[in-house]
Amino acid sequence: MDLGKDLVAASATPLVLAILAEGDTYGYAIIKRVAELSGGHLQWTDGMLYPVLHRLERLGYVAAKWSASENGRRRKYYRITKDGRAQLAAQRQQWKAVDGTLRGIWMQACTV
Amino acid sequence: MTAFADQPLEDQIAQWRTYLRRRQAVHGPDVEELEGHLRDQLAALSEAGLAGDEAFLVAVKRMGSLDALSREFAREHSERLWKQLVIAPDAADEPANSGRAEILIVLSLAFAAALAVKVPALFGHRLPDDEPPPFYFRNATLFVFPLLTIYFMWKRGWNAKSGLWLALPFAAGAAFANVFPFPKGSNTEVLTVLHLPIALWMAVGFAYVRGRWFDDGGRMNFVRFSGELAIYYVLIALGGGVLTGFTIMMFNAIGMNAEWFVWGWLIPCGAAGAVIIGSWLVEAKQSVIENMAPVLTRLFTPLFTVLLLVFLATMAWTGSPINVKREVLIGFDLLLVLVVGLVLYAASARDPQAPPDFFDGLQLLLVVSALVVDGVALAAIAARISEFGFTPNRVAALAENLILLVNLAWTAWLYARFVRNRGSFAALERWQIAYLPVYSVWAALVVVIFPPVFGYR
Repeated sequence: MDLGKDLVAASATPLVLAILAEGDTYGYAIIKRVAELSGGHLQWTDGMLYPVLHRLERLGYVAAKWSASENGRRRKYYRITKDGRAQLAAQRQQWKAVDGTLRGIWMQACTV
Repeated sequence: MTAFADQPLEDQIAQWRTYLRRRQAVHGPDVEELEGHLRDQLAALSEAGLAGDEAFLVAVKRMGSLDALSREFAREHSERLWKQLVIAPDAADEPANSGRAEILIVLSLAFAAALAVKVPALFGHRLPDDEPPPFYFRNATLFVFPLLTIYFMWKRGWNAKSGLWLALPFAAGAAFANVFPFPKGSNTEVLTVLHLPIALWMAVGFAYVRGRWFDDGGRMNFVRFSGELAIYYVLIALGGGVLTGFTIMMFNAIGMNAEWFVWGWLIPCGAAGAVIIGSWLVEAKQSVIENMAPVLTRLFTPLFTVLLLVFLATMAWTGSPINVKREVLIGFDLLLVLVVGLVLYAASARDPQAPPDFFDGLQLLLVVSALVVDGVALAAIAARISEFGFTPNRVAALAENLILLVNLAWTAWLYARFVRNRGSFAALERWQIAYLPVYSVWAALVVVIFPPVFGYR
């Protein structure tokens, strides 16, 4: 099952924020975590993650810092900010509402 | 990220990096970040048992096509494409019109602007050989800005109907510039002349950003555009001055007086047409003169900082107070305008993601010292304000000083946060562009309210 493009784009922000809420991390690890969480259903084009991260950084939801990685090269680590957590909570409410609505109508369809 | 022992693989990575570097929208640190990702991916794939070139193919495929990738980066970092002649092709955002048709439209609009200046002459407003009557100064922007707006509406692919409401500010401007019975030498008339362009420039801005005033990047691009247009306009004016000089000199040489043509046609029509031509040049050939406004900003920020600091030090050392004369308030207004301009254009050229550097510290110093200097001047003026009485000029100058002071005070606060790594530069940029309408709204108030309130004097 492949998700539609719009749905992937819409879910990117809450997903990235939620992963960062688990702890500071970097791009490749985020992609790996997404694949792991979705059981492979959510296939992102890897590169597309970075414009999303930069947008979140500009909006102030995440902060970034270059530091050395375990193999000597520099790596850009991302951290969720206070604003980011607030945004995540708001998005969570919205997704819950969507999810609840869809669930409601599909449950009905099942019982009919 | 790991370096690979496999030399062909390293070569392939190097090649991929070169391709990525060629993309204008993707900058150095982004390339490094993406390369790190690619290397992590390669390491994982090799561990899973793929051979070097197999792993490379898979990793590159997963990264996505470079076209799509740089388009996404361009969308997020639109300021990086400002230098580009051609914006990354994207069906949705492509300028609706371009090419030869544009040249024709621009030339006819410039011609129309030039003719518009002569239209009032048909109704008895003659342009004499020497000083033009105030009517022309009051209406100067109305000859040109509507045509400039039409150009942007055409260029951005607006249909006439949805843009019709943009005619409203111009109609209002024309009304307020001409209905008031200004006596000769009226101060409020001069204020109208000075403030109407600022008020109406925002209407041009609306056409420039295609009505999406609150979309990201649009307003900052309009700021960039305004700065570049000012520079182009000065350059064109210099050329025009040379042309004028030669016209007079050569016709003088054959015993004819060309002054009537120069003052009645060449200068007014040229000044109007040059706005349209200049705008087109900024739009089309941004790379010919590489973004001059930021360069000038970099050049003059240190110089003005030194000036302000030396001034403050001198004043503290000698203890001589500011000699409050008529022009002092306006002089300090202009100083604040200049500092706001320096901040604005430094912000327009800056990568919002870059960490604070020496130049940011300098900017902060500039803003703070300008605030101190202005505070001293305001205190001196406030002490004698009762002596002055309230004339329209003084009220306007004082209010503008306050508007700019508020802007700079908050700017200094945001800058200080940013320099100490407490806030982001984007916040400062947002504040600056959010403040833009304040100038226009105040200018509109001066045009609409001041003349009747002060009895047109």
